[in-house]
Amino acid sequence: MATLQLNNIVKDFGGTQVIKGVDLEVKDREFVVFVGPSGCGKSTLMRMIAGLESTTSGDISIDGQRINDVGPADRGLAMVFQSYALYPHMSVEDNMGFSLRLAKVPRAERREKVLAAARILQLEELLDRKPRALSGGQRQRVAIGRAIVRNPSIFLFDEPLSNLDAALRVQMRIELARLHEELDATMIYVTHDQIEAMTMADKIVVLQGGVVEQIGSPMELYHHPRNRFVAGFIGSPKMNFLDIEVRGADAEGVDVALPGGDCRVPVEGGDAKPGDTLTLGIRPEHLKLDDRGPLTGRIVVIERLGGVTSLYLEHGDSEWILVADGDVAHRVHDEVRFSFDPACAHLFKGDGTALVHRHRHPLVDIDRKENRAPSASEGR
Amino acid sequence: MNPSMTKKLLLTLLAWGIALIVFFPIFWMVLTGFKTEGEAVATPPSLFFEPTLAGYNTVMARADYLKFALNSIVISFGSTLLALLVAIPAAYSMAFLPTKRTRGTLLWMLSTKMLPPVGVLMPVYLLFRDMGLLDSQLGLIVVYMLMNLPIVVWMLYTFFKDIPKDILEAGRMDGAGTLQEVLYLLLPLTLPGIASTGLLSVILSWNEAFWSLNLTTSDAAPLTAFIASFSSPEGLFWAKLSAASTLAIAPILIFGWMTQKQMVRGLTFGAVK
Repeated sequence: MATLQLNNIVKDFGGTQVIKGVDLEVKDREFVVFVGPSGCGKSTLMRMIAGLESTTSGDISIDGQRINDVGPADRGLAMVFQSYALYPHMSVEDNMGFSLRLAKVPRAERREKVLAAARILQLEELLDRKPRALSGGQRQRVAIGRAIVRNPSIFLFDEPLSNLDAALRVQMRIELARLHEELDATMIYVTHDQIEAMTMADKIVVLQGGVVEQIGSPMELYHHPRNRFVAGFIGSPKMNFLDIEVRGADAEGVDVALPGGDCRVPVEGGDAKPGDTLTLGIRPEHLKLDDRGPLTGRIVVIERLGGVTSLYLEHGDSEWILVADGDVAHRVHDEVRFSFDPACAHLFKGDGTALVHRHRHPLVDIDRKENRAPSASEGR
Repeated sequence: MNPSMTKKLLLTLLAWGIALIVFFPIFWMVLTGFKTEGEAVATPPSLFFEPTLAGYNTVMARADYLKFALNSIVISFGSTLLALLVAIPAAYSMAFLPTKRTRGTLLWMLSTKMLPPVGVLMPVYLLFRDMGLLDSQLGLIVVYMLMNLPIVVWMLYTFFKDIPKDILEAGRMDGAGTLQEVLYLLLPLTLPGIASTGLLSVILSWNEAFWSLNLTTSDAAPLTAFIASFSSPEGLFWAKLSAASTLAIAPILIFGWMTQKQMVRGLTFGAVK
């Protein structure tokens, strides 16, 4: 059992605020991912939770207890570092058992706990090795094992996969997700990789410039971004943006002018008036080639990935990315017409905030348990 | 021969040349120690002669070499241990908890090495006299410790700075307090560096002459004083002086030879990854 509350957390580094008042609640057994561009404060926020960085103001509480002034070791957390931070002069077993040794746990009991963690991570064969004799993926597992041995109330992961190669990253991602099921623990995970965020999180916290832009489930961020930053940050390739003029607006929807005719986007009009300029946002995968579509563009680059094809289009000053199916026969310089389903479109006001969609996407509240089979050990 | 081979050959020749120039005085000293007083001052100097132990015999008969040697050992190792004891916490705080003035403090510490020691001879002498430290091993241990402290702190600081902060933070997350962090993580990881720093400090202390000559007379006199006692008022006897000098530097030379691997490893520690 472990919940975490952040209450108006501020971090000030010699006059520069890097965390500007963050509120967050992490529920028991939740997998929360902090994501954002580099320098957004996600790692600092995690280090503040860990106790490696002091908190300028605000409260951090675990299970209702304020822990601002509790040392890192006494918070009952374990952290996995990006660099793994294994102790180079100790064997795998000693690395994993170091916290127990410091806590003066008897040798036999220590060994038992280390072995139990090693079994989960398939490290039994490597217990006598030194870290330098391990591969990147093995080092990563030892670092995770070291955290498991501590039996923490919350696991903290600081970009744990970014030093691994792409194939191993995918494998470790799945292993971590299963580990979460198996340990049934609260986990907080920092990454700049939105695929890691989308695939592992129950809840994603999008940060920018020390401010929380949005907190929500992966599908909520994808389908209902609260502002233009989140819309552009989540999803790959990036969402297309186009400044358009409002023709009419009411509570049911907003009519906007497109080059090939008007269209009605089903969002709450709010205070939008005819003549206003809004930004239309459409994801590349929601654009489709359509000979009678209202939009046109000339192909400048084609990226064929086999399964899908990304078309980079130009029309006047505007640029579009369109993800079509893998077999498009178009060539560079072709003029194409395309369209989209207005229900998938987003509208953003001048200050970047999104107009609220009339209908919530059905997958927004989907639970992580509905995405994953029970973990390997439970299945056995 | 290709250009890189030529370059290598020239560099090797240069290295040998420099090594010979550096080593020649020592070689000549050892050689002179085995000559008679007459041969020692002969011009042109003779390279081939009949070696004699006469110089060594006189030296050993006239002074208690072992007593001086023991003083040297106690004083240089004692001062080194004391210096490490003081410098490790200092370097730790500078490397891991730096402030705006850390850099300045380090430079200031080093700048004290630019002061000629004779400038503080008077106050140190008077202090020692009043505290009863004249001609005592403890007195020299303290002075040598202070003398070497800037270099020892500076070297340890650079070694400590090479240790990734993550490792110490991981230790802190695992429950290590500052002392455990230093004992279980920092010291084992920087052992090569600490060893070479210690070796350097031992060598510097062993070879120090100014303070030992001025602050000791007999009881605590190290080997530098032993050598000096042979530059007698009745004139310089080169063969005897050389024999005494050879005896004085032999232990540290052998010690340096045995630990040279460690020295080089420590001094290039961090530079080669």
